[in-house]
Amino acid sequence: MVETGFRSIITDGLWNNNQALVALLGLCPLLAVTNTAINGLGLGLATTAVLVSSNATVSLIRNFVRPEVRLPVFVMVIASFVTAIELGMNAYFHELHKILGIFIPLIVTNCAIIGRAEAFASKNNLQRSLVDGISIGIGFTLVLVTLGGMRELIGQGTLFDQAHLMFGEVARGMTLKIEDFPGMLIAILPPGAFIGLGLLIMVKNLIDKRVVTKATTQTETSEGAAGVTT
Amino acid sequence: MDKRLPVFIAAAILGIFAIAGTSLVAFTHTATKARIAANERETLLRSLYALVPSESVDNDMVLDTLQVKDPEQLGAPVTTVYRGRMQGDPVATVLTTMVTDGYSGPIKLLVAVRYDGTLGGVRVISHKETPGLGDKVEEARSDWIYSFTGKSLGNPSIEKWRVKRDGGVFDQFTGATVTPRSIVTAVKKTLIYVQANKDALYDKQASSDGVTAKG
Repeated sequence: MVETGFRSIITDGLWNNNQALVALLGLCPLLAVTNTAINGLGLGLATTAVLVSSNATVSLIRNFVRPEVRLPVFVMVIASFVTAIELGMNAYFHELHKILGIFIPLIVTNCAIIGRAEAFASKNNLQRSLVDGISIGIGFTLVLVTLGGMRELIGQGTLFDQAHLMFGEVARGMTLKIEDFPGMLIAILPPGAFIGLGLLIMVKNLIDKRVVTKATTQTETSEGAAGVTT
Repeated sequence: MDKRLPVFIAAAILGIFAIAGTSLVAFTHTATKARIAANERETLLRSLYALVPSESVDNDMVLDTLQVKDPEQLGAPVTTVYRGRMQGDPVATVLTTMVTDGYSGPIKLLVAVRYDGTLGGVRVISHKETPGLGDKVEEARSDWIYSFTGKSLGNPSIEKWRVKRDGGVFDQFTGATVTPRSIVTAVKKTLIYVQANKDALYDKQASSDGVTAKG
């Protein structure tokens, strides 16, 4: 019983209720910073850290905070964590912090975070809220990295450019570059973010649809229709 | 009394969380303050030493600064000047020139002028130019910004301080002329300013501990 509960929290966060692809929350930072995979990863991890801390705190205080002041308290908790994490990033990932700049404080306005605090953490215990925070965060990060990687690859012909900002000098070798590829500028420009996100949502819906049809054909025809599924 | 009590409890809870949140931020601030300041100093020092080699100066360029006001020539209302000295003798100044007529928004530059009037180099610190077109002025994207190094007001002559399209010696980019043009003009104006104020810029004021701390 408990196990299936956790499993559904995880699949919801990563796939079924992915905040970026299904709930379409947090689009402002999502669209703005995903011009490279590393930028996406940086913002994704910062968002995950905020989500996990705020979910845990909200879950711990859920029986103690009166409903009238619930939302202001949540906002205060989130804003404090965001500021603390921003200071931490400035101290330990200074170069990356310079690039992500304004978008770290803007995590406060990411509706996905207050959304999870209100919809999930305020009604569930600590373990479940932690698992929810982690899976929602990873789901969001994966979309950011995928979209960033796509735009970077098409736009400037590199992948994991500036990885050293995040992982130190050893990671310089991580950067892949397609030689003699000038890049399609549109992918880096803002429209590229919208087009890229649209394509990602399309791919997700196609996969979901295929899974559903697969399931129905399997139950309808018990045997003999194996050729259809393969 | 009965009806008011919940309101007071709610307010107290809100207050407790305000204190807790502020404490967390204050604590993190104290814990990271020194490190952030060191990071900023190191970043600035690295960009200064890229233009004025660290072995050519022996003072602390980050602290040996001067604030000048000449928006006409230098763009920003207040411009910071970093001075480099060797045993008290002037070596070079680095000015934070601002380009106000770029393609989109201000472009912040670091312009290093050696004491003999030649350019130690120019770097773009921040800009909002179009990715893929105007952003070739960044060091990471093309070598264009290096074309200033070693130039001075006589080399090329003043009327050649333009992009090639306008009859000068500096390259423009395909599809982006405004950005290089505005930077060339800003660098030229900075050189004119430095030439006119040469000795005042190396004034010893605000440089009490000039000859300490090697980088």
